[in-house]
Amino acid sequence: MSNIQLRRISKSYGDVEVMNDINLEIQDGEFIVLVGPSGCGKSTLLRMIAGLEPITAGDLLFDDELVNELAPRDRDIAMVFQSYALYPHMDVARNMGFSLEIRGEKAQIIDQRTQKSADTLGLKGLLDRLPKALSGGQRQRVAMGRAIARDPKAFLFDEPLSNLDAALRVEMRLEIAKLHQRLGATMIYVTHDQVEALTLADRIVVLNEGKIQQIGKPLELYQSPANLFVANFIGSPTMNIFDVKRVGAELQLVNGALIGMSGGGAAVSFGIRPEHIAIVAQDKGHVVGTAEVVERLGSDSNIYTQVDGLGQVLIRHHGNTELNIGDKFGLEFNVSAAHLFDSDGIRLTLDK
Amino acid sequence: MSLTTNKNFAPDQKGQGWKIFKSPKLEPFLYLSPSIILICLVIFVPLVIGISYAFQSISLFRPSDTGWIGFEHFEDIYQDRKFYKSLRNTFWWTFTSVILQFSLGLGLAMLLKAGFKGQKFFQALIFLPWAVPTFLSALTWAWLFNPVIGPLSHWMFALGILDEPYNILADPSIAMYGPIAANVWFGIPFFAITLLAALQSIPDEMYEAAAIDGASKWQVFSKITLPFLAPMIVITVMLRTVWIANFADFIYVMTSGGPANSTQILSTYIFLTAFKKLDFGYASAVSVVLLVLLLIFATLLLKMRQKFVRVN
Amino acid sequence: MSVFAKPAVGWTISKYIVLALYLAFALFPLYWLLKISVTPEKLIYSDGVALWPSEFTLDNFKSVLLYTDFLIYFKNSIFVSFGTAALTTVLAAAAGYAFSRFQFRGKKIIIGIMLITQMFPLLIIIAPIYRIISGMGLLNTLTSLIVVYTAFNVPFATFLMQSFFDGIPKDLEEAAMIDGCTRLQAVRKVVFPLTLPGLAATLGFVFTAAWSELLFAIMLINSNDKMTFPVGLLTFVSKFSVDWGQMMAAGVFALVPSCLFFIFIQRYLVQGLTSGAVKG
Repeated sequence: MSNIQLRRISKSYGDVEVMNDINLEIQDGEFIVLVGPSGCGKSTLLRMIAGLEPITAGDLLFDDELVNELAPRDRDIAMVFQSYALYPHMDVARNMGFSLEIRGEKAQIIDQRTQKSADTLGLKGLLDRLPKALSGGQRQRVAMGRAIARDPKAFLFDEPLSNLDAALRVEMRLEIAKLHQRLGATMIYVTHDQVEALTLADRIVVLNEGKIQQIGKPLELYQSPANLFVANFIGSPTMNIFDVKRVGAELQLVNGALIGMSGGGAAVSFGIRPEHIAIVAQDKGHVVGTAEVVERLGSDSNIYTQVDGLGQVLIRHHGNTELNIGDKFGLEFNVSAAHLFDSDGIRLTLDK
Repeated sequence: MSLTTNKNFAPDQKGQGWKIFKSPKLEPFLYLSPSIILICLVIFVPLVIGISYAFQSISLFRPSDTGWIGFEHFEDIYQDRKFYKSLRNTFWWTFTSVILQFSLGLGLAMLLKAGFKGQKFFQALIFLPWAVPTFLSALTWAWLFNPVIGPLSHWMFALGILDEPYNILADPSIAMYGPIAANVWFGIPFFAITLLAALQSIPDEMYEAAAIDGASKWQVFSKITLPFLAPMIVITVMLRTVWIANFADFIYVMTSGGPANSTQILSTYIFLTAFKKLDFGYASAVSVVLLVLLLIFATLLLKMRQKFVRVN
Repeated sequence: MSVFAKPAVGWTISKYIVLALYLAFALFPLYWLLKISVTPEKLIYSDGVALWPSEFTLDNFKSVLLYTDFLIYFKNSIFVSFGTAALTTVLAAAAGYAFSRFQFRGKKIIIGIMLITQMFPLLIIIAPIYRIISGMGLLNTLTSLIVVYTAFNVPFATFLMQSFFDGIPKDLEEAAMIDGCTRLQAVRKVVFPLTLPGLAATLGFVFTAAWSELLFAIMLINSNDKMTFPVGLLTFVSKFSVDWGQMMAAGVFALVPSCLFFIFIQRYLVQGLTSGAVKG
């Protein structure tokens, strides 16, 4: 077990800087999820921690020891690859025991450890199969088994579930969560799927364009996103963002509607999540809209609403809705849950 | 270029795998250098020397007469009737061979594309000529044309192509067809293999879409298959043309350029000048001319390919 | 080509006829070689153009093995071809690995240099090579042939090996390195076992190429005890051009190794040729 520190890490390919000034301290036993859109540098960061990519500048420490120059084999970490990277010419047992074999462990101990992790992951009957004779879900389990068989300092996951179908993904997500609880090991997990991030992480690191946008607990990110990017990226369906301008003490939407918020002096954008808009009578509420598309998901309904001068607004209504296409109604914003952003996209702290 | 901010850190003994990044720019060269050094020493150094020979008098029969002579060899070439004969023959030999190899190879690839039972076995057999050592192919074909031992002249006589069953390799007016036949036999597999692979890479959806759009067989071939193959065709034809123009084995073994130089091509002429006359200077000068011609040809074809690609 | 409709019967039949013609064209010369080699000497002229020998004998093969120098040629050729194949495969595997796994400055130039060696007339270097080799006192040695052949074959073999390495995901090596391997260990334990077919194909291809090379062998070898098969056979033909049965029997001997290799490697060659040609 160990803690991992990243201090002012940067990464360049030639003259192109892809990662800049990354600072992060990961506690022993913590589950950290790196999340962001594709190309944001999250996988590169993980590979730098693994030792598969050289670090251009900055320090990487494991248990306060500088490991920048250490080869992957000497970092004592395990990694689960997106492609699983199972050795095609070795059976499941040898795949899982390979790292112990390389380290010259006794055959008996290898066997014991392999059996144990196979038990944990329900792979018992498959130990003598080759990877090509396994289903996608089984391969994924073997990849995880390979990681836990060796009891490393830290586990790294590089989008491990993205090649599975939706049902298996949910199942394996749960499996990983249980694994973390049982092993209590430090885990770093890369994904572009915010649901995985929100459900698995102790803390989430949101990355964009090679920079950390925000680090926080899942709910923190949802409730108080640091900036427009995080606000947009976390939460599904995404937050509605409108331009605002200040008229006197009051903030006004571009179509002239008042939203009943003062303060937030430099605000230029107003963000409100779809679940924080209530449907009310036409004469109440902040603005009036017309339902354009209604998606009924059973537990929720998404109502895509056209508001004059504002464009499309998405409302999430809990349970089923009686609204039909073409219905006119009032929209009431729960302003205490709304956010204001300045011209740089930074969220303004309001004294509520 | 500093990898770390802390230079005092020394990796421990076991960190030797660290070579990976220690010199990330040098590692690939470590693996490449044996090959590169060998190629430079055995091919490029002699190439430069070879080109310099073209401007020297180097004849093992006249060792006293050695030295720089400028463009004298090229002036000789300009007047050399054997050279012009060989040049004409080179065109004749190269283009006839390539055109026949290509069209027959394309036909075979089209036939194999649809697939049938036992195709793998069939393919291994039909591609076999390619595996036959070239000197042996040449000998075999020379024997086939020999009326004493081979059937070909007798068959041609029976078909009325020849007045009597004699060896066409001894007849200056048609001797060239001998090596060409051997070359076509030998070269069909190359085109069939490459074109078959290219054909199989055309997605089935293209054919399905064309079928839905109501294209005829000919339209499918000319509007889908050919444009898809075009870049590959240009490349393979270019590589093959250059290769065949340089390829002396068949003619050397079957006719040695004779009778009366009727099958002499530039590459056999170069080889015979170097090997039999030991006049290395003149041989090198002729190879420089051949090299320049081939470069011009390759450039033209690649320009054409760029146009193709833009159209596509 | 159409999606559902079965092609007409006539079309199918004519297709098979054409394929049969191709096959006949491809195999007939080899068949003839075999036929003459098993025809007894006294019948060679009387059997003439008959498609089938009226009597069958292995005497020709026996006399080639017992009374000629072909065993020496054979041994020389085996030595040169295996030496070339082994050396080339080792060099090409290293170079192909570098091309497949690294991005580096000058990569395009090096690939370009290797492609050029496949393009220009190798005859241009035949005179300088002769002088260099003779200057080093290596004329008439099999080593000189191995070195020269290796240099000629390394470029194509490198592209072939690269395409095999490209087929092995980089993830596997990285996983192995995280599992505790050095790069060399990762290559030995993970990449190498997976590349075995590729290595075998490259070995076979280079073996065949070296087996059949003629011009440099003629130029660099002139003593009978160092001749390779092609040179030996050609010398034999020009000296004793009437012993047809024996010559063809020798030809069959020359044919066997490369055909065996070819049948084994042909499907890998498709891969190498395609990717090589596309890259060019």
